[in-house]
Amino acid sequence: MSPILESRGLTKTFGAVTAARDISLSIEEDTVVGLIGGNGAGKTTFLNLVTGYLKPTAGTVRFQGRDITGMAPRRITRLGICRSFQIPQVFDTLTAYENLLVGLGIVSMGRKAFVGSNLGTARPEAVADEMLERFHLREYRDEPASVLPEGVRKLLDIAMALAVKPAILLLDEPTSGVSADEKFSLMDLVLGAIRADKVTVLFVEHDMDIVRRYTQRILAFYDGKVIADGDSATVLSNPEVRRLVVGEPAPEEGAAPC
Amino acid sequence: MSTILAVLVDGVIYASWLFVIATGLTLVYGVMRILNMAHGSLYALGAYAAASLAGAWLRAGWAPMGSYAMLVLAALLVGLVVGPLIERGLLRFCYGRDEVVLVLVTYALFLILEDVIKLVWGVESYFIYEPYGLLGNVEMGALSYPVYSAVLVGAAVLVGVLLRIGIYGTRYGKLLTAVIHDREVSAAMGINVNRVYLVTFTLGTMLAAIGGALTAPTVSVVPGMGVETIVLAFAVVVIGGLGSMQGAALGALIVGLVRSGAVHFFPQVELFSIYLVMALVLAVRPRGLFVAAEARKI
Amino acid sequence: MTSFRRTTLGLGVALLVMGLAAPLLPKWALFLVTIAIAKGMVALGLLLLMRTGLVSFGQGLYFAAGAYAAGVGSQALDLGDAVPMVLLGGLTAAAVAAGLGLLLARYRAIFFAMLSLAFSMILYGLLVKTSALGSTDGFNVAARTVFGLPIGSTLGRYGVYALAALCAFGAAVGLDRYLGSYLGRLAPAVRDNELRVEYMGASVRNLVHLNLVIAAAMAGVGGALTALAVGHIDPEMAYWTTSGEFVFVAILSGTASVAAPFAGAVLLELLRSFAYEHAPNTWQLVMGSAMLAVILFLPEGLWSIFRRRRRAAT
Repeated sequence: MSPILESRGLTKTFGAVTAARDISLSIEEDTVVGLIGGNGAGKTTFLNLVTGYLKPTAGTVRFQGRDITGMAPRRITRLGICRSFQIPQVFDTLTAYENLLVGLGIVSMGRKAFVGSNLGTARPEAVADEMLERFHLREYRDEPASVLPEGVRKLLDIAMALAVKPAILLLDEPTSGVSADEKFSLMDLVLGAIRADKVTVLFVEHDMDIVRRYTQRILAFYDGKVIADGDSATVLSNPEVRRLVVGEPAPEEGAAPC
Repeated sequence: MSTILAVLVDGVIYASWLFVIATGLTLVYGVMRILNMAHGSLYALGAYAAASLAGAWLRAGWAPMGSYAMLVLAALLVGLVVGPLIERGLLRFCYGRDEVVLVLVTYALFLILEDVIKLVWGVESYFIYEPYGLLGNVEMGALSYPVYSAVLVGAAVLVGVLLRIGIYGTRYGKLLTAVIHDREVSAAMGINVNRVYLVTFTLGTMLAAIGGALTAPTVSVVPGMGVETIVLAFAVVVIGGLGSMQGAALGALIVGLVRSGAVHFFPQVELFSIYLVMALVLAVRPRGLFVAAEARKI
Repeated sequence: MTSFRRTTLGLGVALLVMGLAAPLLPKWALFLVTIAIAKGMVALGLLLLMRTGLVSFGQGLYFAAGAYAAGVGSQALDLGDAVPMVLLGGLTAAAVAAGLGLLLARYRAIFFAMLSLAFSMILYGLLVKTSALGSTDGFNVAARTVFGLPIGSTLGRYGVYALAALCAFGAAVGLDRYLGSYLGRLAPAVRDNELRVEYMGASVRNLVHLNLVIAAAMAGVGGALTALAVGHIDPEMAYWTTSGEFVFVAILSGTASVAAPFAGAVLLELLRSFAYEHAPNTWQLVMGSAMLAVILFLPEGLWSIFRRRRRAAT
């Protein structure tokens, strides 16, 4: 398998604060990768660096072998990297259906520029309806996004990113703000919808049960660094990860009750 | 040499006048996030009130020196009456709306005030030149300036100093700074934000009115005098950075000097030189000289 | 029937009615409607900007640019006919916006409003000091023919009126079509969430720039039509209060329908001619109060009254 996304020595500093330090990793095509870490570990910063919202202080990002470091988000999107957001970024005055049509319309206006989309010649309107169906959003089709419940906005946000059929999808905490008993059904729905298109997924998450269940591989971040990278079971049992990320005492020192 | 001196002196006098007006505009924006398009009309109200009061005083034959007190009194009156009236009667219903909507609200207010002034004072001009000449002239080299201009400069410095002390040196000023920084948190911490707004808008109105009252003796007070003033004040605060007091001071100086320079050297460009400077500053510093652009967190 | 077809049909009927009514209208009414349409063109451009989330207090710049281009063009290029004059007005204003847009498209909210105001005041300052263009007095503008018909002839009398009506029809139908296209639909998306639009692969700045140029072209055509109808132009057209009046019409009309700015402008001109006769010093008072009422109680503009009724009926 060849890496679809690759970062080398990616570093970002804000004044005295280093939000990402020397992050080197690669994501293989057609995999589901989880990215875990505590608050301020640099997870969202990493997504922002990859998608061009932030310019790295040092290091490079390559996508399908091509250097995309420092490109604007819209150019990176057109190459086939789409993302969702921790706080849903939807168009409040547009209906759910119109929200989906924004991205689809952009693709259909410029298929040549939008090289990263696998939409083919599908009609945007048909794809929008199909996405609503796939994400179980049909009943909200003609409701303005501003009145939708937060969980639905979250789904819509992800559906918008997936609708244009990118090569890789980056999800920023898809289950944050969703109640504990809804998390698994939400993730079943989301990953089912995404994997139907065989899109590569990298998702940021702080819920260990979620990453354990849905990923083949986990990257653990701490203080802007990658502290563990490997298959899910190995990373989750890594003592450093357990201590710094999961927030449990590592097994060998775990005798002391807390 | 004397031309350069004249440019500097004229520029500083003009800047003083602009500063007093612009500082009220920037204060209201800084605290309330309202870019008040009616600020020029409040300035005009101050000028009309001053012309009426000082005129009545002088016609009554009382000590001419007292007319200065009348100018100040007029400004205070306008501030204390009109400020709360507008804030309580209109603006408080609009808090929390988009900044652009608030601009439109104050634009509507501007239209209304322009006609209210005409209805109260009629369309003829008012002149009260006495306070302007009363203090005599002062010689600066080959140039002669009325002492009243020095009063204007002094008034601007006084306003600047008082505001600085008021904001950084008093308890109330600290509340104000807190509200500027974060309205919601301030309210949650128990600051009476509504009262802060009321006081701020009254103060802003008063500053506009002081600008108008002090100008009244130097010009003819006519309908529409606020129309040009407001766009000049905009230029000042936009150059300096909306909401910044230091910005208003620097912006006023820049605009004052640019204009007096243009008047002396390139009279053709006088009118638009100011806006040109504003456009240039914005091209380089999108939020003005004293305010940094902020990044959005996602 | 699609909403686009319905709008086109409605506007077509309006155009027909205007044509048929022309011989019945007194001269002052013809003039009033022509002026209203010209100003409605500017407000129509503002509608597009407002849908993009922008309010410009400087449309007077393009209005004046269009009028002066038509006036100067008729003399310098010896354009005798009104049609090329109006075209020239629209193109000039669009060219000005294409240039200024490089800077303006980077600004939003009050900064956009203030910067556009500053640019219009720069033009005002230039015009006032340019004696070749008549300084503060401006100069007279007249076309010899409209559509090739002499202005003085029986049919020619209706020429400018007809030209204005056709321009309005074309602009309204064109804009309606644009707003319904994928590109046009990005406008409200930009207003709601620019970041997401960028993350969907489109350039917000380019879109804003394009919409600025379209709005300016409409304002330029409006300015040229005004110049032809009034027969005179002066720098006041670029003054910020002129721009404020366009904003007034746009707020009054709301952004729901491309026909609304014209209805709003006709209403404004009717009210104005009435007020000038009976209470000249309360005209702005009425305007300001109306605007406050609309902002506070009908945030979507007067047009929303009709829409609500229609919705209630279905």
